Amino acid sequence: MATLDSKIPTGPIADKWTKHKNEINLVNPANKRHIDIIVVGTGLAGGAAAASFAEMGYKVKSFCYQDSPRRAHSIAAQGGINAAKNYQNDGDSNYRLFYDTVKGGDYRGREANVYRLAEVSGNIIDQCVAQGVPFARDYGGLLDNRSFGGVLVSRTFYAKGQTGQQLLLGAYSALSRQIGKGKVELFGRHEMLELVVVDGKARGIISRDLVTGEIKRHSAHAVVIATGGYGNVFFLSTNAMGSNGTAAWKTHKKGAYFANPCYTQIHPTCIPRSGDHQSKLTLMSESLRNDGRIWVPKHLKDVEAIRKGTLKPTELKEEDRDYYLERRYPAFGNLVPRDVASRAAKERCDAGYGVNQTGEAVYLDFKSAFQRYGKEKALVEGVDNPTPAQILAFGKEVIESKYGNLFQMYQKITDANPYETPMMIYPAVHYTMGGIWVDYNLMTTIPGCYAAGEANFSDHGANRLGASALMQGLADGYFVLPYTIGDYLADEIRTGPISTETPEFVEAEKAVKDQIDKLMNIKGTKTVDHFHKRLGKVMWDKVGMARNAKGLTEAMEEIKQIREEFWSDLKIPGVANGMNTELEKAGRVADFLELGELFAKDALHRNESCGGHFREESVELDGEQKGEAKRDDENFKYVAAWEWNNTPGEAILHKEDLKFEFIELKQRSYK
Amino acid sequence: MAEKFINVTLKIWRQKNAQDAGKMVDYPLKNVSTDSSFLEMLDVLNEELVAKGEEPVAFDHDCREGICGMCSLYINGEAHGPDRAVTTCQLHMRMFKDGETITIEPFRATAFPVIKDLIVDRDSFDRIMQKGGFVSVNTSGNTQDANALPIRKEDADNAFDAATCIGCGGCVATCKNASAMLFVSAKVAQFSLLPQGKVEAQERVKNMLHQMDVEGFGNCTNTGACEVECPKGISLDNIARFNREYMKAAVLGSE
Ligand SMILES: Cc1cc2nc3c(=O)[nH]c(=O)nc-3n(C[C@H](O)[C@H](O)[C@H](O)COP(=O)(O)OP(=O)(O)OC[C@H]3O[C@@H](n4cnc5c(N)ncnc54)[C@H](O)[C@@H]3O)c2cc1C
Ligand code: SF4
Ligand code: FES
Repeated sequence: MATLDSKIPTGPIADKWTKHKNEINLVNPANKRHIDIIVVGTGLAGGAAAASFAEMGYKVKSFCYQDSPRRAHSIAAQGGINAAKNYQNDGDSNYRLFYDTVKGGDYRGREANVYRLAEVSGNIIDQCVAQGVPFARDYGGLLDNRSFGGVLVSRTFYAKGQTGQQLLLGAYSALSRQIGKGKVELFGRHEMLELVVVDGKARGIISRDLVTGEIKRHSAHAVVIATGGYGNVFFLSTNAMGSNGTAAWKTHKKGAYFANPCYTQIHPTCIPRSGDHQSKLTLMSESLRNDGRIWVPKHLKDVEAIRKGTLKPTELKEEDRDYYLERRYPAFGNLVPRDVASRAAKERCDAGYGVNQTGEAVYLDFKSAFQRYGKEKALVEGVDNPTPAQILAFGKEVIESKYGNLFQMYQKITDANPYETPMMIYPAVHYTMGGIWVDYNLMTTIPGCYAAGEANFSDHGANRLGASALMQGLADGYFVLPYTIGDYLADEIRTGPISTETPEFVEAEKAVKDQIDKLMNIKGTKTVDHFHKRLGKVMWDKVGMARNAKGLTEAMEEIKQIREEFWSDLKIPGVANGMNTELEKAGRVADFLELGELFAKDALHRNESCGGHFREESVELDGEQKGEAKRDDENFKYVAAWEWNNTPGEAILHKEDLKFEFIELKQRSYK
Repeated sequence: MAEKFINVTLKIWRQKNAQDAGKMVDYPLKNVSTDSSFLEMLDVLNEELVAKGEEPVAFDHDCREGICGMCSLYINGEAHGPDRAVTTCQLHMRMFKDGETITIEPFRATAFPVIKDLIVDRDSFDRIMQKGGFVSVNTSGNTQDANALPIRKEDADNAFDAATCIGCGGCVATCKNASAMLFVSAKVAQFSLLPQGKVEAQERVKNMLHQMDVEGFGNCTNTGACEVECPKGISLDNIARFNREYMKAAVLGSE
């Protein structure tokens, strides 16, 4: 059985990474040419890693399920990327970014990893600018920053509302350059369906060519899993339609521990669902909470009238509105962290105050911002005694310049004009902090197998701060893995090419083919989406924003049942040896149906509330914090790393105790 | 604004694989919510087809929020359909009338062969990028500080606008010559506006243009159709900038 050694270097926090880099083994350039690395995923983490490995001289094989590496879901990130550059001279530092991240994660992340993340954050911005990433600049030609997620400094770098796109295109261009040089072999429209382990070491993968259906073996001296998050276990989320947990889950079943599966971020500002046809949810950037005020009506009769359409939200008087975040959290108001804002919205909607037909929507209102900015702009433009209409027009102009693209997107989707009527929003599943357990070197419990980006569990604890996922993906890919992987590969220089003819490869390939045959031969009556939607509903209702022991126990049982039905009543038309989109989805949902159960099991065992994980049994009973989440450091200050044991319900728990040597544990308060 | 339900007839290109000849097939679809997106409408059709044991219509898509560039479709004779400045995944059914017939075809171009039904192979775009769509800088952790080189805000903003191209290929599908000029020029323009990209500007423009020819894309004759259909508003100014860069490369050419 693997042991949980996090391999954290000794010494002061600020010196650990430098010391570690100086001590680890290096691979001589001549030897790198004979070493293969497989990188699964071409998002920020995988794309950056594959390009960097190739630049260093390794032979790289890169995989993605989309046609092109440029389409990985990192492309969809809107808001920005954090870095402790302190360009704004507002007192930012590596330590402060480290501190904010550990605190924001509700003290469930690993200190040493987080410090390293903060330490390399500045390099990321330098690297991206050198690649030609067009970040926003001010009139002096220097980089601009915005503030994000309620922290006290302005450290977020951005490219309008398309930061992820620009960063990914940077990594993609670096990767393209290496593909052009023949240093990286690209496998687009290929899905990894199995990890191959030989003599205890990761030695390759089995993939399916999504165009021809061909099952292929690929060998390497090390394998990196950078396949993103598993939020689609909820069916509806802000993830892409193809985002999946398959690569991570198959790796787990081959021996990699899965850490904190229940830590999920539910983002407060997404466009509410409109009907049963809905296939995904769209995020409205968190930056809107800087200027929008969140409310629902105070009285149920007004809620009813609004739902009936006899009352417009704009007609409701101030005193009849409940700005519940401002009421409950006077200090932070609308800028409380994501987990707190999401739960508060759910609380109001559960109490019957939801403002749309489904009862799951609250208002995000820019009325006050129009007034505030309008008056300001009137002054600047030298308009004395502006009329109310002039003020409103000025205000709308300012808001348009700040959020124009988001307002447009909102209007396209909902057909409602947010300049005239408040936006409706509701929380949606957005990001998974849990993932494959890795040590300080980002190696999983399988030697030679690494995990990076959202696919690993590492840096965000129980809640991720805005603009920190992009930072982590690029840190892992550009600045951590290129060093740490060498430490392992230094022992591989005499291994020589890895054969794909060994029994382990034959067996892994057979397992993949057997699963596909099994899926194709069920010949039942229900579609993949039917099962996926049912799973999603159980996850959302019982393993979503608020969880309790009864619901979680039921969820585990229900998921098991859906899984059994799936394997006896699924219908997939077409053939396996050609493009078959239903078969692709079926494989992913089969894994979600296992992962979902472990997710619920993890949530059940963690009988405390921390970050995005809220247990109704664990709340403050009195005092100022009454009703707020209650963390239990005495019993749960650890990473829960689960070992596969035949079925998800039987997974074995391993604990990595978290030591806080440099930051004092405190309760998060936003009152 | 209120949700309505409409009936439509879909005429969809069905093609089993690259070798198959392919043909248009009619599918009536009832009770389509006007609030659903175009792709969600196709999801509903596919659920019905699968329930009947027929193969669903294959189409490319992933993010469904207009940014990954994976979705395509030539709808009623227009790339990404009748709405402006949106991708197919952001097109909504409220753009269509009750009883309407909607024709859905793949993006057609020699350099975009059909893989199945509405899915085409756009790897040619990636191969063009591999020839010069980058700045030759390795990862090091020792590049100069990001603020060492100020860049005029106007240049940075224009570079950004060019860089928002999502690589969907709508411009190619729209162009009567199937030229990839809007796509290629956007990348060339982005880099030529930034000091980091200027160094290799001459090689880049020549190499990318050469690969565009190799892939079988047509020549640009300045019809301007691409700009109209581009979901990201990539401007024809980029083509003008491309031409200037190309002239410079030809005049100053190192060979
Ligand atoms: C709408 C949205 C907005 C966001 N905004 C922000 C923001 O403003 N700031 C921020 O910091 N973070 C943001 N995030 C989070 C952040 O974007 C992601 O966490 C991060 O980009 C993930 O990067 P990644 O490289 O780990 O994975 P991804 O970019 O998801 O890449 C996954 C890769 O793995 C491949 N893959 C997956 N499965 C397989 C398989 N089985 N076989 C082969 N290949 C496979 C895919 O093809 C893809 O190439 C946002 C997320 C979303 C959804
Ligand atoms: S230029 Fe426009 S239409 Fe052409 S690939 Fe780019 S985004 Fe698509
Ligand atoms: S699916 Fe991503 S742009 Fe349409």
